[in-house]
Amino acid sequence: MNLTLLILIPFVTAVVVLLMRTRQQVRWVSLIGAAVQIILSLLLFVYFRNEVAAGTTAQMLFQQNYEWFPALHIGFHLGVDGISVALIMLTSFVVIAGILVSWNIEKMTKEFYFLLLLLSLGAYGFFLSLDLFMLFFFLEIAVIPKYLLIGIWGSGNKEYSANKLALMLMGGSALVLVGLLGLYFTNPERTFDLLKLSTTNIPYNIQMICFPLLFIGFGVFSGLFPFHTWVPDGHSSAPTAGSMFLAGISMKLGGYGCLRVAVYLLPEGAKEYADIIIILSVIGILYGAFVTMMQKDLKYINAYSSISHCGFVLLGIGMLTKTAFTGAVIQMVSHGLMTALFFAVIGMIYQRTHTRMIDEMGGLLKKLPFIITVLFIVGFCSLGLPGLSGFVAEVTVFMGSWEHTDMLHRIITILACMSIVVTAVYILRAVTKVAMGPIKAGFSHLKDAAWNEKLAAVILLIGIIAIGVAPFWLSDLVKPGAEIIMQKITGG
Amino acid sequence: MNEFISLMKPELILTVVIFVLLFIKLSKGVNTASLLNLIQFLLLFNFVAGFFFNHQGNFFGGMYHTDALIAVQKNILSLGVYLISLLFADWFKKTEHLAEFFILLLSALLGMFFLISSGNFLMFFLSLELATIPVAAMANFDLDKKVSSEGAMKFILSSAFSSGILLFGISLIYGATGTISFTELPALITGSSFQILAFVFLFTAFAFKMSIVPFHLWTADVYEGSPMATTSFLSVISKGAVAFIFITALYKVFQPMQEVWYNMIMLLSIITMITGNLFALRQQNIKRFLAFSSIAQVGFILVGISGNSPEGLASVVYFVLIYVFSNLAAFGVAATISSRTGKEKISDYKGFYNTNPFLTWIMALALFSLAGIPPTAGFFGKLFLLKAGAANANYLFITIAALNLIVSLYYYLRVIRSMFMDKNEAPIEKIKVQRSTKFGMYLCAAGIVLVGIFSWVYDFIQSLT
Repeated sequence: MNLTLLILIPFVTAVVVLLMRTRQQVRWVSLIGAAVQIILSLLLFVYFRNEVAAGTTAQMLFQQNYEWFPALHIGFHLGVDGISVALIMLTSFVVIAGILVSWNIEKMTKEFYFLLLLLSLGAYGFFLSLDLFMLFFFLEIAVIPKYLLIGIWGSGNKEYSANKLALMLMGGSALVLVGLLGLYFTNPERTFDLLKLSTTNIPYNIQMICFPLLFIGFGVFSGLFPFHTWVPDGHSSAPTAGSMFLAGISMKLGGYGCLRVAVYLLPEGAKEYADIIIILSVIGILYGAFVTMMQKDLKYINAYSSISHCGFVLLGIGMLTKTAFTGAVIQMVSHGLMTALFFAVIGMIYQRTHTRMIDEMGGLLKKLPFIITVLFIVGFCSLGLPGLSGFVAEVTVFMGSWEHTDMLHRIITILACMSIVVTAVYILRAVTKVAMGPIKAGFSHLKDAAWNEKLAAVILLIGIIAIGVAPFWLSDLVKPGAEIIMQKITGG
Repeated sequence: MNEFISLMKPELILTVVIFVLLFIKLSKGVNTASLLNLIQFLLLFNFVAGFFFNHQGNFFGGMYHTDALIAVQKNILSLGVYLISLLFADWFKKTEHLAEFFILLLSALLGMFFLISSGNFLMFFLSLELATIPVAAMANFDLDKKVSSEGAMKFILSSAFSSGILLFGISLIYGATGTISFTELPALITGSSFQILAFVFLFTAFAFKMSIVPFHLWTADVYEGSPMATTSFLSVISKGAVAFIFITALYKVFQPMQEVWYNMIMLLSIITMITGNLFALRQQNIKRFLAFSSIAQVGFILVGISGNSPEGLASVVYFVLIYVFSNLAAFGVAATISSRTGKEKISDYKGFYNTNPFLTWIMALALFSLAGIPPTAGFFGKLFLLKAGAANANYLFITIAALNLIVSLYYYLRVIRSMFMDKNEAPIEKIKVQRSTKFGMYLCAAGIVLVGIFSWVYDFIQSLT
């Protein structure tokens, strides 16, 4: 399978969108591009499974390696393992749903879709890169589209949120940059190539400097406590598709970077700092959950709960066991689908009721049966109901963390488990208030979801249910990748 | 004679162009528009001719030196001047003394060509004066504005001061070593305290020209007072030329004193970045804003220079090339707005996107490139500078530099925000952009997008070092 296609298709789509004239053309071109991409990503999954079934032992499949800046040993190096395949599939699902949800956007349609596609290009490139320079390039490509999406199409205190998000993410990437430069000079060949660096013996003191830089840098992207403050503002001010992309894709860049770059390349550093990571992430989990309880705005509820849920990703990474790594990746995929759907539903409700305050809603189930049913499902997924993806992910993380027998890990695990109860409280409270009770005045004429909204919801629901009902295809996909990272840690 | 022509070709072409303009000025009755077309054509010719028949060699007993990299550096400057002639067409068409302006500008450029090629401190001093004095006259070109004369006065006084310091430094160098030739000096440099003193004086003069903090005080006022075309020439072309010769002086002549100048460069780089960034945060006038942002950019150039390696040299040349495209594009948009509406405040740009999407996108692209956001070339430029600087494994220094990127992003986003997001009852009305300006902007945009992603530009520069 030619992996360059996965970068090329969003790029070409974005360029073609710029050349289109009418709104109709713009959105159809984007939709077709996203549809092609989803097909490609499913094909990638099938091919990958076939390769693995055929007994391949290569760490990264379908590699393509070209020189980009030969003088500086910077390559254009693509390749995937199970972890990246899972996240690429997630991205393609969220992208198509985001495009469908924003079908009726009227303000500067062309620019809006162009920026969405540019953002998705950044995510695809990031998950495919095996060269750290490329990885960084794609990581940063995504920052400005986010800024403009929030600042131009957002709502509320949008300029402030956009600025905060752009600057904090830029700060994160500045730390990542310094860490990457540190890695670059450890290898006698002077290379950014991930596979070459993974066989380099990186000195202990360099690991101790670079690991926190890289982990915090990527951690900012995934809402690591105490660098999470951009999350609620950014998500709540962004337009619907923007929030979906931010929470569904962009926060996953951070988790993937932490796992693939920081932990994998710097195992000694990871071991030294693991305790701090899990303490910070459990603070994030609990803090996010408790703050969510107090929120009245649906978007803020989901934004704070994202901090809590992404905390599980970081917790899984900090536990440094194979099962926990697998759980972290499953949580990334699961949370990506779930939160994107949650934001999509909030957007649909807001479009109809023009409010996001749960106190002002009520009885919507009668008027919007489809939308509210989806809201119920996604809420249950968020609180970890078996049969949906959230349960699978969290259980795997907990099983992984229970493998440690010492007191600290036990306490952390128990604390993290307790957050699920809090999650149940805020989700059930919010969902009941929106769905049940008498219909509020003025909401009696509301129309249920249109075709594009239904399609978007169904696409994401398929993902959530497929993971929830039959989790093994995903965990089998991810495990070999987690195994390799684990080998580095135990062997190093 | 043949050698003379082949080695000094760029300077000779430029001299011919200057004379052509001089003769045209003497013959009356040429209208400004066609004169501008002619100038643009001549400068394009000058730029294109720079690609061919470049030879390596010395002349005048080593006072003049040229090679492939120097030819590239001269070409970058020629490109910048060509872009200036395109981008500021609006203002040029209004000015009464178009021919004189370009005669002065090209004389300064000629000085810079000699400056880059100089192989001797005497030649260096002469060409630096040639590159400076015409600019003072150019700064005074908004004849009906008082600030313009004020800026010119400040410029000429501070340059005279720095020239004095430079001469003093050169004479100390001569006193310490008995030679002023770039090729003979390295063997005689020992790093004795007398030589360090001489070096500090020389360094100060460089710092003045590149507006390195704390020698930057003239910059903002001169930039604000001068017409936009002069400002952009000063901030892009002039700084680029001095950066080129500065790096030659450090890497070749003062290589034995590397430990001394590394610390100086590092400290000044940090101060320059931080000061430039902090002052840029509060600026309301777009020219002052760009002035302080260019000070911060110089701080980044110093990071690359501190690398003391072929990569450092290559990354600086590469960065200047990108800087030519990005900064000139930003100045071009600002100048077009200013010459049509007289508005130069950032707050005037509110709601600009609704009326002028093309200009807004060009400005946004330029600012993103200056801020170092991919996929623009500025990202690669900044990154390679940092990478060259990181070779010394001084992580604190690189971290400070990287964190400065965040501050600079904040103020660049301020402009972006006021153009794209802020609401305005009466935004600047639709501006009809001159055809040549539009062409210049497309060139800049193409440069900003392509120079980074297409890696052969960098590889080519690096292959010459």
